[in-house]
Amino acid sequence: MNGRNIGGAGRRAAVLLGALALVVGACGASASPTPEKPSGKIVVSNWDLYFPETLISDFTKETGVEVEWVKHTTNEDIMGKLDASNGSGFDIVFVSAQFAEALNNRGWAERLDRTKLANIGKLDPQADKLGYDPGNTFSIPYTWGTTGLCYRSDLVSFTPDSWNDLLDPPAELDKKITALATDRWLLLPALKALGYSANETDEAKLNEAKDLLISAKQRLLAYDDTTFYSKLVSGEALLVEAWDGWCNYGIAENPDIKFVVPSEGSDLWSDTMVILKSSTNKTAAYAFIDYILRPAVAKTVVDLTLYKVPNPEAMALVDAETLAAFPNLAMTGEELLKGEPLRDLGDAAPLWARIVAEITAGQ
Amino acid sequence: MRRRLLLLGPALGWWAVFLVIPVSLVIAYSVFERGTYGGVVPTLTLDNFARAVDPLYLRVLLFSLRVAVLATVIALLIGYPAAYFIATLPRRWRTPVLVLVILPFWTSLLIRTYAWIVLLNREGLINRGLEALGLVGEPLPLLYNEFAIVLGLVYGYLPLMILPIYSSIERLHPELREASSDLGATPLRTFVRVTLPLTLPGIAAGCIFVFVPSLGSFIVPDLLGGGLAIMVGNLIQAQFLKARDWPFGAVLALILIALMGLLLFLQAWLLERDRRQAIDG
Amino acid sequence: MARAGWGRRLLRVEFALAVAFLYLPIAVVVGLSFNESGQPTAWTGFSLDWYGSVLGNEDLLEAFRNTLVVGVVTTILATVLGTLLAIGLERAIHSPILDSLVYVPMIIPDIVLAIALLSFYNLVFAGLLNLQMGLWTVILSHVVFDVAFVAIVVRTRLRHFDRSIEEASLDLGAGEVRTFFNITLPVIAPGVIAGGLLAFTLSFDEFIIAFFTKGTVETFPTKVYSMIRFGVTPEVNAIATFVLMFSITLVLVSQRLREADA
Repeated sequence: MNGRNIGGAGRRAAVLLGALALVVGACGASASPTPEKPSGKIVVSNWDLYFPETLISDFTKETGVEVEWVKHTTNEDIMGKLDASNGSGFDIVFVSAQFAEALNNRGWAERLDRTKLANIGKLDPQADKLGYDPGNTFSIPYTWGTTGLCYRSDLVSFTPDSWNDLLDPPAELDKKITALATDRWLLLPALKALGYSANETDEAKLNEAKDLLISAKQRLLAYDDTTFYSKLVSGEALLVEAWDGWCNYGIAENPDIKFVVPSEGSDLWSDTMVILKSSTNKTAAYAFIDYILRPAVAKTVVDLTLYKVPNPEAMALVDAETLAAFPNLAMTGEELLKGEPLRDLGDAAPLWARIVAEITAGQ
Repeated sequence: MRRRLLLLGPALGWWAVFLVIPVSLVIAYSVFERGTYGGVVPTLTLDNFARAVDPLYLRVLLFSLRVAVLATVIALLIGYPAAYFIATLPRRWRTPVLVLVILPFWTSLLIRTYAWIVLLNREGLINRGLEALGLVGEPLPLLYNEFAIVLGLVYGYLPLMILPIYSSIERLHPELREASSDLGATPLRTFVRVTLPLTLPGIAAGCIFVFVPSLGSFIVPDLLGGGLAIMVGNLIQAQFLKARDWPFGAVLALILIALMGLLLFLQAWLLERDRRQAIDG
Repeated sequence: MARAGWGRRLLRVEFALAVAFLYLPIAVVVGLSFNESGQPTAWTGFSLDWYGSVLGNEDLLEAFRNTLVVGVVTTILATVLGTLLAIGLERAIHSPILDSLVYVPMIIPDIVLAIALLSFYNLVFAGLLNLQMGLWTVILSHVVFDVAFVAIVVRTRLRHFDRSIEEASLDLGAGEVRTFFNITLPVIAPGVIAGGLLAFTLSFDEFIIAFFTKGTVETFPTKVYSMIRFGVTPEVNAIATFVLMFSITLVLVSQRLREADA
């Protein structure tokens, strides 16, 4: 993390060297059957604070592969960047499942060769069944979880268990509720309360959800993606729609905060790793993903993010104290699969954008 | 001719390469179709324009205009006297004081906006302060409403009001004002008759500097408005990044650009008339 | 000072209130940077820990250095181009169409400019010339809108400019260039300074265009925006405070130097 970002010329030389190494390496590979040894450098785009502190340096120490971690802010921002640069600029990108699917549909995701991932067997067998990519052919899940209600058990007089507790709350929760602001999760509570799919594309059903959400808006404090858990801690909000892992950040500060998956069901989100076709150092990219699949490494991801990883051996390594403090970490793959994996919306994306605009602009 | 080229050439050349060509390419998408998975399919269509004719978007535009006008007027009321004060300080103090006014903006819009959340929320510093003083019984709803959005915009763009007005007031000769008052005009009359007209270009620039970005803002409505209201900026942002619908995003952007372009052309034309009159008179 | 009556006093009060308004959230940022828990929810005690962790955060410091580089280079380029443009528009040509064209970079939504520029750079720089994007592409992009702001501010200064002094200078045999530096520039200097300050401020705080055009480097805003995913981290408050102290010191020192000069 130093001057190597600054000198353009130096970087170009490094890229050139890397390409050269690749050519030489490729020639070597054709001559002998031994697998290529990863080398050179890869550029990885991932959210900030989403890699454990020593993950990259340990990987570099072990393999000699340099990893440049570029931080992105949101799925939407990194997708915009990839859209504008024709899916180039990185070797690996971390995006949520529905966006991985979009990347694949645009032809930018590398078809994965599982023989290059020695640790693929560590992946939860359930994670092979996710609708956006059955068999994980172009993406490997990094973390996964679900969305539910996160609330102050000491200040709410009942035990929430339904999306309707958020959409049609009792008076005690008036203006003490927040919902997630990002499209997919903004509509999720209403879609599930009505018994529809989290990936609904039917206009009439979406309109129904819209009407429900516009009326629910009267009781809402705000749509909030980033500070909802501190609002719970301060008592400004008492019940919020939250990702499981984020609710854990609230629980870490106040054990009276609890998480529940509503009875109507919810989604299954996952943040995935995708190798881009345009990558010039795929050998090293595979090595990096394979490294993350190691249970001991994946376990550090849980420690940092308080998210679940689709890696049963890694989850087994998490210490009992952590598991006791954050009960939703114990959810198994089977339990998560009761939720509906989020999918790319395809041709319905513009309709969703219009529905969301109507909800947020509605009085 | 050579002088013209030397003066206008560099900036216009820069814009030709880094503005006109790239932006035209994006705006051209407005007549194409969105691909199923994002991207653009080269099938000519006017559907995107038809989609824009929608009372929903008109409503968002009107709301944005109201908020942006409010923010501009308030910023002018705060900014003009402040700029006037700085411009009439002893000369050696002007630039340092100007910098002190700009300094808060060398942090980060996001950090400052989150600081406002800390101040304004129901359990926030302002409400707790008011309650401690016994001024209010119930916490005031200061956050997640139109008030918070306007406040955030005024705060965010105030220096854009102060700087151009400062630049135009600073130029006024104090003798001009002295002459006016020597002739028996009251300070108010001097201000209205002499200072105000001469600083009109600065006021116009400042108002545009605040109005235009306010209209396109999306972070302030998201964070301080709690996403409960959207502005034109959110709408356009959502087309490009969320729906990944570039053609429709291009149409909405084009409409916004045309609308503001018209307003600004009017403004430039009025100022040009003012300039002619100044020369003739 | 005889006339510094109630009008001036009223102005002073207004200015004090405006400054209070501007610094109110800054006070919160500074306060939180010293809060042990770093959370806005409660004051848990005074601590300098967050400053320690900023100094240990190479990424954040590098992002900050990058932003300074982008801000300074952009400001210099935009101020020169913008000032020339302003003079050109005021003197060399009179056209309301060209006048309103100056506003175009401002009225194009940032996201459109960001996507347009990245598509263009990807085609030309990455595709044809095989160049890596970085700080230099951010600078190219920031100059686009900064020129407009500088030109507009400088123009407010040029209007009603008394050209007879310039003509006298030219008549006396001073060349156009000398006349510009000796006569014109001093008169429009406050406008140029205000325009430059504005250009720096806008570049310093710009996120979306920088995010799209930066290649793999980070600027301060892109770094801060990415950290916000988990709410405002206390380090962000600490570095903001640090920047503020640094700038105030810089202003005071330069003021001292100028006074010593005078």
